[in-house]
Amino acid sequence: MYNFEFTKPKTIKDAAKALAADGAQALGGGQTLLPTMKQRLAMPETLVSLTEVDGMVGVDSRGTGLTIGGATTHAQVASDAADVYPALAGLAAGIGDPAVRNRGTIGGSLANNDPAACYPAAALASGATITTNKRDIHAVDYFQGMFETALAEDEIITAVQFPIPQAGNYQKFVQPASRFALVGVFVAKTADGVRVAVTGASGSGVYRWTAAETALNSDFSAKAIEGLSDDPSEMITDLHGTAAYRAHLVGVLTRRAVTASR
Amino acid sequence: MPTISMNVNGISVSAEVENRTVLSTALRENLGMTGTHVGCDTSQCGACVVHVNGKAVKSCTMFAVEADGAEVATIEGQAHSDGSLNVIQQAFQDHHGLQCGFCTPGMIMTATALLRDNPKPTETEIRDHLEGNICRCTGYQGIVNAIMAASGQKPAIAAE
Ligand SMILES: Cc1cc2nc3c(=O)[nH]c(=O)nc-3n(C[C@H](O)[C@H](O)[C@H](O)COP(=O)(O)OP(=O)(O)OC[C@H]3O[C@@H](n4cnc5c(N)ncnc54)[C@H](O)[C@@H]3O)c2cc1C
Ligand code: FES
Ligand code: FES
Repeated sequence: MYNFEFTKPKTIKDAAKALAADGAQALGGGQTLLPTMKQRLAMPETLVSLTEVDGMVGVDSRGTGLTIGGATTHAQVASDAADVYPALAGLAAGIGDPAVRNRGTIGGSLANNDPAACYPAAALASGATITTNKRDIHAVDYFQGMFETALAEDEIITAVQFPIPQAGNYQKFVQPASRFALVGVFVAKTADGVRVAVTGASGSGVYRWTAAETALNSDFSAKAIEGLSDDPSEMITDLHGTAAYRAHLVGVLTRRAVTASR
Repeated sequence: MPTISMNVNGISVSAEVENRTVLSTALRENLGMTGTHVGCDTSQCGACVVHVNGKAVKSCTMFAVEADGAEVATIEGQAHSDGSLNVIQQAFQDHHGLQCGFCTPGMIMTATALLRDNPKPTETEIRDHLEGNICRCTGYQGIVNAIMAASGQKPAIAAE
């Protein structure tokens, strides 16, 4: 790995300033960035650690929804969101392994937007808002394809706001070597209707399975989508599974998520 | 080069490291504490697990400068002060929780974190918690048995 300058700002303002410099990059938990740097696929000149920035860590359920600081670890979401939004806490508790969860952050996961990551599915299904140091971005506009987001290079995810659905659940079919989702489905039943967000299946990242949403809007039960399966033509085929297999999993996991929703 | 200070196993230490030095390298090469093993260096195997401010982390996937000012616990600090093994270490020895021993420091540190949060885990909870710790020798049953025994529970299946 190439060497770099390291800074640990205490305020969002200082972090933003440090990130505006040429070759600067944010460091969350490092669980994705550090391996990438070891492979020299990323070679930032300066790393700006966000873990000690004031106000970027914590789970706040005082408002109508849930606001999670951008540098909050998966482990903290798993424990602190368990009462208010169990489906989200359950998702966080299933990311990687305990040591990864103790370092990896929600902001890092959403900024990276890995096509097999878990949080993107939660954000899209819940209708979350991604708050940066510059603006609020609705999840619908935020995800823009595999590893692509609406973030500018020097933009920091300071918080993520989740409206809490009437019922919801996340089902993940683990790819046992990487511990990411081979396919993951987040179902959220909200006042505006049902949203079904799928991760791991598509080459363009997280998406909504609208055919299932329509069926579930008239009848929120696994039976309503019995026999329904998503179109595999845009899905990933790799050594872990074919597009057809993934399409099948989307149906199975959606039915399981509906049944488990609470 | 930056100088970092940490409290490792109750002893204040400092080391000169580069910004790119990972914590496992700082422990092993700068501080000469080779009990923490590096199996993969890609955050897959868990051999390098140590505790930073009480949380189990993969020390190959954290920069040493991020541990500046932290309390770090490694395998070297786990035995009693007279050198005798602690209850988890002893259980690993008694229940065939290791063969070559390469994964063992990470297994012990991971098990220690588990039992602190969950003093009587079920076998399923133990296996879930060991998700990020790979062992090439034991087939895991001995490790699971050792953690069951260390938490005062009877292992379900004998390893022998
Ligand atoms: C063994 C293993 C298993 C894993 N399993 C899963 C899994 O099952 N599901 C899953 O979803 N993920 C999984 N991950 C990924 C993990 O969740 C990472 O923690 C996450 O993807 C990145 O978060 P981080 O905080 O570590 O970010 P970093 O690695 O620090 O950063 C990742 C990227 O995001 C940028 N960034 C970081 N924080 C911010 C911020 N606040 N604002 C803007 N940009 C930012 C960085 O500049 C970098 O480009 C796994 C990782 C490992 C190593
Ligand atoms: S050496 Fe750190 S996880 Fe393998
Ligand atoms: S005892 Fe050899 S790798 Fe676990």
